[in-house]
Amino acid sequence: GRRPSNPPWYSPVDGNYCLTCGSDKTLKLWNPLRGTLLRTYSGHGYEVLDAAGSFDNSSLCSGGGDKAVVLWDVASGQVVRKFRGHAGKVNTVQFNEEATVILSGSIDSTIRCWDCRSRKPEPVQTLDEARDGISSVKVSDHEVLAGSVDGRVRRYDLRMGQLFSDYVGSPITCICFSRDGQCTLVSSLDSTLRLLDKDTGELLGEYTGHKNKEYKLDCCLSERDTHVVSCSEDGKVFFWDLVEGALALALPVGPGVVQSLTYHPTEPCLLTAMGGSIQCWREETYEAEGAPG
Amino acid sequence: MAALDSDSDEDLVSYGTGLEPLEEGERPKKPIPLQDQTVRDEKGRYKRFHGAFSGGFSAGYFNTVGSKEGWTPSSFVSSRQNRADKSVLGPEDFMDEEDLSEFGIAPKSIVTTDDFASKTKDRIREKARQLAAATAPIPGATLLDDLITPAKLSVGFELLRKMGWKEGQGIGPRVKRRPRRQKPDPGVKIYGCALPPGGSEGSEDEDDDYLPENVTFAPKDVTPVDFTPKDNVHGLAYKGLDPHQALFGTSGEHFNLFSGGPEETGDLLGDIGVNKGRKLGISGQAFGVGALEEEDDDIYATETLSKYDTVLKDEEPGDGLYGWTAPRQYKSQKESEKDLCYVGKILDGFSLASKPLSSKKIYPPPELPRDYRPVHYFRPVVAATSENSHLLQVLSESAGKPTNDPGTRSRHQLNACKRGELLGETPIQGAPTSVLEFLSQKDKERLKEVKQATDLKAAQLRARSLAQSASGSRPQPLSPDVGHCSWHMALSGGMASTRTSNFKPFAKDPEKQKRYEEFLANMKRGQKDALERCLDPGMTEWERGRERDEFARAALLYASSHSTLSSRFTHAQEEDDSEQVEVPRDQENDVSDKQSAVKMKMFGKLTRDTFEWHPDKLLCKRFNVPDPYPDSTLVGLPRVKRDKYSVFSFLTIPETASSPVTQASSEKVAQHRASDKSRKPSRWDTSKEEKKEDSISEFLSLARSKVGPAKPEPSPLVNKEEARATESVSNKVVNKDVDSQTEGEGSRPSMDLFKAIFASSSDEKSSSSEDEQGDSEDDQEGTREADFKSSQETDLVEASSVAQASEPAPQEPAPFFPIQKMQIDEREAFGPRLPPVFCPNARQKLEAPLKEKHKKNKEKHKTKKEHRRKKEKKKKHRKHKHKGKQKNKKSEKSSSSESTDSSDSQSEEGPTDLSPQELLRRLKRLPLRRQ
Repeated sequence: GRRPSNPPWYSPVDGNYCLTCGSDKTLKLWNPLRGTLLRTYSGHGYEVLDAAGSFDNSSLCSGGGDKAVVLWDVASGQVVRKFRGHAGKVNTVQFNEEATVILSGSIDSTIRCWDCRSRKPEPVQTLDEARDGISSVKVSDHEVLAGSVDGRVRRYDLRMGQLFSDYVGSPITCICFSRDGQCTLVSSLDSTLRLLDKDTGELLGEYTGHKNKEYKLDCCLSERDTHVVSCSEDGKVFFWDLVEGALALALPVGPGVVQSLTYHPTEPCLLTAMGGSIQCWREETYEAEGAPG
Repeated sequence: MAALDSDSDEDLVSYGTGLEPLEEGERPKKPIPLQDQTVRDEKGRYKRFHGAFSGGFSAGYFNTVGSKEGWTPSSFVSSRQNRADKSVLGPEDFMDEEDLSEFGIAPKSIVTTDDFASKTKDRIREKARQLAAATAPIPGATLLDDLITPAKLSVGFELLRKMGWKEGQGIGPRVKRRPRRQKPDPGVKIYGCALPPGGSEGSEDEDDDYLPENVTFAPKDVTPVDFTPKDNVHGLAYKGLDPHQALFGTSGEHFNLFSGGPEETGDLLGDIGVNKGRKLGISGQAFGVGALEEEDDDIYATETLSKYDTVLKDEEPGDGLYGWTAPRQYKSQKESEKDLCYVGKILDGFSLASKPLSSKKIYPPPELPRDYRPVHYFRPVVAATSENSHLLQVLSESAGKPTNDPGTRSRHQLNACKRGELLGETPIQGAPTSVLEFLSQKDKERLKEVKQATDLKAAQLRARSLAQSASGSRPQPLSPDVGHCSWHMALSGGMASTRTSNFKPFAKDPEKQKRYEEFLANMKRGQKDALERCLDPGMTEWERGRERDEFARAALLYASSHSTLSSRFTHAQEEDDSEQVEVPRDQENDVSDKQSAVKMKMFGKLTRDTFEWHPDKLLCKRFNVPDPYPDSTLVGLPRVKRDKYSVFSFLTIPETASSPVTQASSEKVAQHRASDKSRKPSRWDTSKEEKKEDSISEFLSLARSKVGPAKPEPSPLVNKEEARATESVSNKVVNKDVDSQTEGEGSRPSMDLFKAIFASSSDEKSSSSEDEQGDSEDDQEGTREADFKSSQETDLVEASSVAQASEPAPQEPAPFFPIQKMQIDEREAFGPRLPPVFCPNARQKLEAPLKEKHKKNKEKHKTKKEHRRKKEKKKKHRKHKHKGKQKNKKSEKSSSSESTDSSDSQSEEGPTDLSPQELLRRLKRLPLRRQ
C-alpha cells in the first residue's frame, strides 16, 4: 500500500516545510506544524525513495524505483528535469550546497553527480568506487559522504582531492555529518550507530540498544548535536546522549517500524515516519500532531 | 474687498506660474510619480535613451530607432538621374537640431572651453606648456594660445587672491627661511646619487644673500607633475629633433653633456629661455631613451672625432674599455662607470655588479634537410613470400615504383632491417616487431620451453611425414615445410626480423598453427590429401576430424583475405592489449584485517583507506572548490592497466619486495617479517580469547591503544600487494597517467630506520620513547610501522605487566614517560570493555549503581562538567589543528594532571567497572594526543 516512507527533508532555512515521499509515486510538501498538505508532486513512475530540497526552498529533487532522478520546481509543481542513467533504484538524493548539483546514490553502487545548470543528460561524474549499493549520501560544502551496503563509508573530499574509505563492516543504512562538520554518524545493520571522527576515522562513540537488522532506517543528530537519534524496528525512536553514549530516551512511536526521521534544523522538533503517517514531536509544551499520510 | 484685491494685484509682482485654482470638492492633485515623469523636447516628443550604440537621446527620425518604423529615410534620390549633384552627406545630415544646439553633441555656437579658462598668469602651467611647446614639432606653437587667453579666472584663484595669495607662490603659511649654509657653485658639478640637501632649489637662490630677520616668505610653489598626455607614437621620452636646440641650440666643441644632469632636472622647466648662449645647429637622437634612464646623455647624438681620444694616455682606465673612448668617461670615472652598466636608479643596498653577466651559449638547432617532412607515415610492409608476391608487385606498382630486386631498390623502399643488412649490420636482437619483446623474462622462458617442445614435435612430425612420403613413394617437395620451420625457428629465437604478414588463426597453439600452415602449403600445390597429411598422426580420430574441419573453415575464411588484410594494417605503436584491463590503481585492501579491527573496535587508521581521487573539473566548479589537481585530466581514482589473466593477479603469496636495500638489511627485514608473520595469527587469536579473559583483554587493549595512535599498519600483506602490483605493472605496459607515487611508497625505508627501531627494544623506557618517536613522526611509512609493531608488542607485554603490577606507582618521577603511560591507560576506552556499559542488557544492571555513584560523589559531576568544557576546547583545538605543538604539549600536560586524578578515582572504583563518564572522558581526550 501507500508508504510515505520518509520525511526526508526538513527545510533547512526555517523548518517550515517538510517533504514526504512514498510508494504512491508522489512527493508531498507539508507544513509540519499545522499538518497541512501544501502541494503534491507527481511524475515518478515508481515509488519515490528519497527526496531533498534546495537551500532556497525553490527546487526539490527526488529519486525512486524508476531509476530516475527528478528535479522539481517547488512553486509550479512541475518536473524541471529528469536525469536517467542509474541502472537501479535510486536510494538517496541530495543537493549540494548551492543546489547546482544533485547527487544520487543508487543500488547500482554508483553515486552520480547531475548538473542542474547545464542541459547535459549525462552525469558530471560518477563515483563508482562502492562495491555494493549506496544507501545514503550526504553533501557538505566540499565533501560527499556516502554509505554503502558494502560496509564502507566513503568520503570524497573535493578540496583535497582524496577519497577516505572507512570500513565499518556491516551494511550501512544511514550516515550523516554532525552539524559542526567534525564527525560522521554511521548507522549500520548490526544495530549499532557509530560516531566517527571525520578526519581520522576513529571511533568516538557507539550507540546501541535499538534494533536495526533488515531495513534501511534513518538516524540523525539533534539540532545542537547533543543527542543521537535513530529509528528502530521495534517502533521506537532512540535518543542517546552524544557525549556519554547513554540511552537518554526510547520514544515509543507506534507498533510498526519507524522508517525514517528528521530533526528540525534549529528547534527541538522531530519528525518520524511510520506506516502511512508522519508524526511531529516536540517538547512537552507541545503536543504531538499527527499528519495524515 | 474686490477693489482692494485688484489694487493689491497691481502692486504685487508674481514669480513663476501659479497653481491652478482648486475647484470645489476637488481633491488636490497627486504629484506625478517619478516613473511617470517624462522628458520631452521642445517639440513635445518623448526623449528616450536608446543606449550609447543606437543613437543616444532621440535617435532616428522622431525617435524611431528601436521602434517598429526604424529609420525613415528622408527621401529617395535616384543617383542615376542626378549623378552630378550627388552631395556628399556629412554627419550633420543625420543629426537632429538638438545635437547642434548648445548642449548637443556638436554645438555650433562658440563656447569657451576649459582649455581657455584661467590660464592667464598660472606660471606653473605656463612652464609646463613651455616645456611641451619645446618638444612639440612646431616650436612656439603655443604662442597662439598665449595670445588668445580669455580673461577669466576660476573661483579658486579669486578666492586665493583675496586671501593674499600671489601668483608664483605656494600655498600655506609663510615661513622663515634659513640662510643657505652652502651655496653650491653653479660651475661645480656634483655627481653621485646623494644630492646635498637643498641643492635642487638652485633656481631661486639668486636673491637669498640678504635675509632680514623679520621677513617671512611664502612657501615655495610646487612644480606640478607634467600631465601632458603622450600624443605621439614615439617611444617613451623620445624627443625627436630638438627644435629648441635648433633655434637657440649649441654646438661647437661638444655641447655641455651634463647640462641636464640629475641635479638640474628641477630647473629644466625654468631655464629654457635662459641658456641663449648656444649656437644654432640641429641635433637629435637616433633612438629613444630607455624608460629607466633618468636623462639621456646623448650617446648617439652628436658624434664628432674630437670626442674620441687619439692618444693613449697613462691613466687608461682599468676597465679595459679601450675601444670605447668617449672622452667624458675619462672625465668622470665614477659617473661613467655607473652609466656604462646601468643608467637607472640603483636601489638602496644594491651595488652594480662588477662582472657582467655571462651570456648564455646558444646552440642552434640542427639544420633539417631541405626536403624533410615532419610527418611520419607507415608504409605497408609486405614480406616477399610466395603467396603474396603478386600483391607485393601490385602494391609497388601502385606506388609507381617498379619492383626490383632488393639490391637496386631505392632506400625508401627498404625498411630498417634491410638497410641494416645492406650495411652489414648484425640484426638487432629482439626487433621491435616481435611481440616477445614485451613479454617478461619468465614468460619468455616459458614460451621457449613450449617452443622447444613444439620444435621437437615438429621435427618428429617432419620425420614422420618424410617416412610417409617415402613409403608412399610420392615425390613431395620439402621446401615449403622447411621454410616454415625455419621461420618458426626464427620466431622462437625471439627475433622475427622479417615481418611476416601471414594471418595466423591458430596463433595460440603454435603446433596447430604449423600444421595449418603446412596444410595451406599443401593446398597450394594442389595436393588433394593435404589435409590428411599435415595432421598429426599421433592424434585420435576424433581430434583429426575436428581439426580437419577447422582447417578447412579457416582456409576458406582466411586464405582469401589474409594477405590483403595484413597489408592494410601496420603494427600499432603501443601494444594493443586486449589482455589487459584497466584497474583502479589503489584497491581497497583486504577486508579480513579490517573486520578484525572492527571487531576490536579499533577504528581509525586500521579501517581507513585513503586514495587519491580526482573530482571532475565541472564538479569542483559547481561546488565552488578549487580543483585539487588542476593539471590532471584524470577523473575518479587513478587507474592502471593490468593483465587480465596475469599470474600475478592470482598470486597470494607475496614476493619479497625488490628494493634498493642492501642485502644484509633485506635479510634482516625478511627475518622480521617472518617473526611478524609468526606473531600475527597469534595476535588475532588472542583477540578472540580476550572476550573470555579479562586480564588478557586488559593488556591487549593496552597494546592496541599503543598501536592505534601510532601508524595504522596497512599490514605488510597489503604493502606487498602494492609492491607486487607495481612490479607487474613495470613488466607490462604502464599507463602513462599513473603517478610514480605508488612506486615510491612501495619501496622500503632505509636501514637506519629499522636500526633505530630495533636496536634497543628491550627495556621499557626505550619502548615508550620509541612510541613517542612514532608519534612525532609522520604517518608516512606504513611498512615501518608494520614491522615495528611486533617488537612493540613484546615491549608492551612487559610494559603492561609492569604497569599492572605497580598501578599507582608512576606518579611523579620521570616527567614524561608516566604521562605517556597514563594516556595509554586512557586509551582503553577504545577497548572491548566499552560495549558492556552500553549494552542494553548490561545497562539495566549497571545504571542503578551508576546513579548511586552519581549521588555519592558530586565531584564526579563536576569533573564531567569540566569535561564538557574540555570537549568544547577540544573542538576548538581541532579547528586550529595546525597550531603549534606547544599547545598540544600544554594540553597534554593538563590532561596528564587530570589523568592522575582519574586514575585515583579509578583506583577507588576498581579497575574493572568504569563509569561511562570515565570512559567518555578518556575517549574524548584521545584525539588530543594526535593533534
